[in-house]
Amino acid sequence: MQTRETPGAAAAAPLVADAAAIARWRALRDEVAAAPAERRMQILRASSTHVRRQVLHTIHAAGLGHVGGDFSVTDILVTLFDAVLRIDPARPDWAQRDRFILSKGHCAAALYAVLASAGFFPEARLAHFAAPLSPLNGHPNRRKIPGVETNTGPLGHGLPVAVGCATAAQITHQDFRTFVVLGDGELQEGSNWEAAMYAAQRGLGRLTAIVDRNRLQQGASTSDTNDLEPLPDKWRAFGWETHEIDGHSHAELHAVLSLPAAGRPRAVIANTIKGKGVSFMENGVEWHHKVPSDAQYAAAIEELSK
Amino acid sequence: MSKEDTSAGFDCRQAFAEELAILAAADARVVAVCNDSVGSSNLGGFRKAFPERLVNVGIAEQNMVGVAAGLANAGLRPFVCAASPFLTGRALEQIKADVVYSGFPVVLCGMSPGMAYGELGPTHHSIEDLAWLRATGDLTVVVPADPQETRAAMRWALAADRPSFLRIGRTKVPAVSPEGLEFVPGRAVVLRPGRDVTLVAIGTMVARALDAAARLSAQGIDARVINAASVKPLDEATLLAAARETRGIVTVEEAVVHGGLGSAIAELLAERHPARMRLLGVTSLAPTGSTAFLFEHFGLTAENIARQAAELLDTL
Repeated sequence: MQTRETPGAAAAAPLVADAAAIARWRALRDEVAAAPAERRMQILRASSTHVRRQVLHTIHAAGLGHVGGDFSVTDILVTLFDAVLRIDPARPDWAQRDRFILSKGHCAAALYAVLASAGFFPEARLAHFAAPLSPLNGHPNRRKIPGVETNTGPLGHGLPVAVGCATAAQITHQDFRTFVVLGDGELQEGSNWEAAMYAAQRGLGRLTAIVDRNRLQQGASTSDTNDLEPLPDKWRAFGWETHEIDGHSHAELHAVLSLPAAGRPRAVIANTIKGKGVSFMENGVEWHHKVPSDAQYAAAIEELSK
Repeated sequence: MSKEDTSAGFDCRQAFAEELAILAAADARVVAVCNDSVGSSNLGGFRKAFPERLVNVGIAEQNMVGVAAGLANAGLRPFVCAASPFLTGRALEQIKADVVYSGFPVVLCGMSPGMAYGELGPTHHSIEDLAWLRATGDLTVVVPADPQETRAAMRWALAADRPSFLRIGRTKVPAVSPEGLEFVPGRAVVLRPGRDVTLVAIGTMVARALDAAARLSAQGIDARVINAASVKPLDEATLLAAARETRGIVTVEEAVVHGGLGSAIAELLAERHPARMRLLGVTSLAPTGSTAFLFEHFGLTAENIARQAAELLDTL
């Protein structure tokens, strides 16, 4: 039998907001908003490095995770949470919040690191990633994790739910926005294109889909598997305002994600590198879900400390 | 009564449409979501009354269910109205992940279920839905038997604020529910007392079970009839009492017997109070034929229900 003192009971405890972390995050948001461009990017870069270190630590400790995709999506998540989204970690169910959905739910460790940075729950809880009975499942669960909008994991689910959120805003004349991050490989799921077609039909200008275009899926490149190109043309043909940017440039991410809502949905194809930030992981297909050894972990942390 | 008659009675979709309009008029959160099924789901009137609250995603069931989850995330209360075979078959993973696992208050309305589409064939029959959905997390599964129960189940589903599936029949049925019926999940309705044998039915089969009980009565067999509209959760107390108090149980459903109502009751009784059972339902993909023909083909008739019940008692 487990008692309250055992590590198992600690892992199973519900997640609650971390007031001190929320205060730090609010100060950071204020600084980002007020800072000149150069300083702003410095802050966001530092935030990304912190998140990548947390992800490495989380995955190394848990012995499972998807580090390659976590690192390709990190700068997108950091820009959204630290500079763009209208959210309040103290009120995760605030009706007017912007909705953020990570459709590529297997990159949960990166999402959890960003949510913890914002104080949705204490960073110390990242140590419970994937532990027995932990709320921090291998894929995000909205019923256990404040800040998670819908349960993702099977691919091709996030965009339809995001379209539903944006449709609700349109029907009820609310001004919140909806952002969804899609993996590029998951665009092979047809449900995305059902949703893309309908979002344009409704003119969902408050919807932004960001494609983490790291060009690798689980076992091979997207081009060797089921090629997505010409990807920007596909989104344009489906009626979306389409942008293509460097998904590791906080400046480019911030600029495009801060554009005002338009009359039609917006697609941002963010060109990224799987494993970004750790030289021996970058563009390596094996790092989709490989777990770093102790030596690799130490080397990676050292690279991220430079 | 003629051997098979599916021309008389009520199409539950009519009551469904009327009740949806009543709920929508009283609650601004109510929206209808459909897949080009404005006609087949009888939503023409709803569209006229609440044009902004009809979300027609086109022929795209996966998107339809995902969109419904998103609408619920943002505070609305979607009733997803689509032909049951496509809602449950095409979008099963969305039902599982986006609605049930995510825990959103979406009311999934499987229209024209079972073999309502008769000659259109197995692609358009929804006979697997109960088995699939019984296995899907914390989802309430309801098969109303008539217009009154359809309305009661809808009122409950909106108030319950949780994931639910309602099977909304197209095949005409007589009114069988007692006056003032309220739907309560996990509560079955005993429509007829009886001491010898119990007939447990859902949906279109409830009226046939009542008819079978009348036939059995003429043979001196006293049959209890239970409408088990709440397929999940089951009314365990009422069913265990039937197993204790009568000498056998016959289940009848317009669905595959493997995984549906009959299976659910057999699972309950096997563990808690083993009883003699006959499980009547659909046993294979259907050949070509009208709904009435297919009911005969699979033995889903009052005559066969009565025969099976009598045989079950004879074998004791």
